[in-house]
Amino acid sequence: MATTETRINTETVLTVENLRTHFTTRWGTVKAVDGISFDLRRGETLGIVGESGCGKSVTMLSLMRLIPIPPGRIVSGSIVLDGEDIVQISEQEMAQIRGSKIALIIQDPMTSLNPVFTIGNQVEEAITIHQDIPKRSVMEKALEVLRKVNIPAAEIRAKDYPHQMSGGMRQRVVGAIGISCQPQVLIADEPTTSLDVTIQAQYLKLLKDIQKDSDLSIIFITHDFGIVAKMCDRVAVMYAGRIVEHGSVRDIFNNPSHPYTEALLSSVPKMDRDVDRLFSIEGQPPPLHDLPVGCAFADRCPVVMDKCHEQYPDSMNVSDGHIASCWRLE
Amino acid sequence: MTTLETTSQQPERGQVILEAQHLRKWFPVTKGLLISRVTGHIKAVDDISFELRSGETLGVVGESGCGKSTTAKMMLMLEEPTEGSILFEGQDVHNSTAAARKSYRSSVQAVFQDPWSSLNPRMRVKDIIAEPMVINWNITRAEQQERVMKLLNDVGLNEYHSNLFPHEFSGGQRQRLAIARALALNPRVIVLDEPVSALDVSIRAQIMNLLKDLQAEYNVAYMLIAHDLATVRYMCTWVAVMYLGQVVELSPVQELFTNPSHPYTKALMSAALPSHPDMEQEEIILQGEVPSPLNPPSGCYFHPRCPAAMDRCSVDKTEVKEISPGHTVTCHLF
Repeated sequence: MATTETRINTETVLTVENLRTHFTTRWGTVKAVDGISFDLRRGETLGIVGESGCGKSVTMLSLMRLIPIPPGRIVSGSIVLDGEDIVQISEQEMAQIRGSKIALIIQDPMTSLNPVFTIGNQVEEAITIHQDIPKRSVMEKALEVLRKVNIPAAEIRAKDYPHQMSGGMRQRVVGAIGISCQPQVLIADEPTTSLDVTIQAQYLKLLKDIQKDSDLSIIFITHDFGIVAKMCDRVAVMYAGRIVEHGSVRDIFNNPSHPYTEALLSSVPKMDRDVDRLFSIEGQPPPLHDLPVGCAFADRCPVVMDKCHEQYPDSMNVSDGHIASCWRLE
Repeated sequence: MTTLETTSQQPERGQVILEAQHLRKWFPVTKGLLISRVTGHIKAVDDISFELRSGETLGVVGESGCGKSTTAKMMLMLEEPTEGSILFEGQDVHNSTAAARKSYRSSVQAVFQDPWSSLNPRMRVKDIIAEPMVINWNITRAEQQERVMKLLNDVGLNEYHSNLFPHEFSGGQRQRLAIARALALNPRVIVLDEPVSALDVSIRAQIMNLLKDLQAEYNVAYMLIAHDLATVRYMCTWVAVMYLGQVVELSPVQELFTNPSHPYTKALMSAALPSHPDMEQEEIILQGEVPSPLNPPSGCYFHPRCPAAMDRCSVDKTEVKEISPGHTVTCHLF
């Protein structure tokens, strides 16, 4: 048993190598994602944290190959899912993979569900597209998935339209569609921001339970370190289109090594203790079409050096599996 | 006529400025188009009382539908309470002269959640901030502009910004503008409706610190509506936890976090996100969702979801009990 467990934990399902996604706009090229690399192991949760405009949503869209072309384009890099580079394959092939091997839960369940179809219908649709099974068993399968996400009285609820359900319930339906084809990778883009705290707690627990049952790998895109602390095994912190620090969740919380991570963590109020005064990062992130030559955080950095304005820092090892891009670590 | 000089004297810190007594807001639900009749009431706010003290912050936490926004609207006189009264500096606001009501409106200001929709896109910054003064104060244009510059400085912006339009600002800067406008009339109370939740993490700390600094300087009382307990712990002196239109627990902030007493408060705390992966939290996952305020449960409103519910909870109405100085709980356990 122990041997199978170690095998599972080291098996990589998704490898992203040097991914660059740029957008051509009238202000110039917007480097929304500019050379990010990470991998995702089976059954683990990776958190991608950052502020708005840091490139986390474009990362998510690139992984799903949903970048609008034009103006966007995956300029270089590879996304290897289950041994196949999905940057290179055709749109038809990608349509087969999208939803079945890699699925997505997005933020707002009111806009991601179709208001004129019943929720049963919408879960069935996801199943019929990817699985060749008779109509009656599609229905049964849909109910089974709805039960899995704790929709009470699923047979009756399946006939409801999205507006008849509460926000938490709708988000669970979106989750049901996401897991309906047993994907290997589930991308959750801020799935709980529109939910109340107690409903959020229910939803996060549900995601964890599903993950445990089916060995799902989850990429959690969020701006909230609380969600990271609760859900994630590893974290990638993004700033201005790049991953500035990457490591296990305890490495990041106990030993944040990039000044940005450190500043972000100390600017969040704490639930369990009093803070006299929060650290506040002055200024704002630079515009992505006009990035400075050196480190993008240099202008806001409390420990900036001359070198930071000249050259972008390399990734440096802090400890095993914990890397950060900062000249201070040199 | 109110002028700059008469309103700028400051009350002492800790002095009760505003008192809400047994506030109720019931919205009638009607049926029928021509001959409509009232079939029930949505009890958005159902008998709540609290005090706001100058220089201190009262946090109001609860889930959506618990009545916190309706409470804020009543504070701002945007809704008339069905029952109960608001005493401002000892005077009942709803039973007073038109002049007193007008002065109340300028003494109680608001900062809203979304700075993208709370600022008029067609007005310049200097006009946005000067507008309350144009309406309420009889002062010259030059005096207005002088005060606009002072307010911009207070919120960390400068003279250069006064001629710009709101779209030229980032979210954090817009929220600074909204705060400057709220401060324009030297208010005694500012209602802050989720002032940082639309902002980015790194900007939130800037705005929270700014609000604290301004409070220390002007001794204004804040009523902070929030859903994030960590924000409440950082910002507030007092916390009221609301559930389905009622205050279930009201306490000084320290006391609430060290000794949360109502089962709902405990559940909220356990549902709040941890600040560290190794932080220990009691696991209380509440089942179900908040019931409809149109038809609230019998007895204690929380009993269908309460992990500590007893037989009498579904029958008897709860009463407010003080368990330590200033700390009141509405629960049969006490």
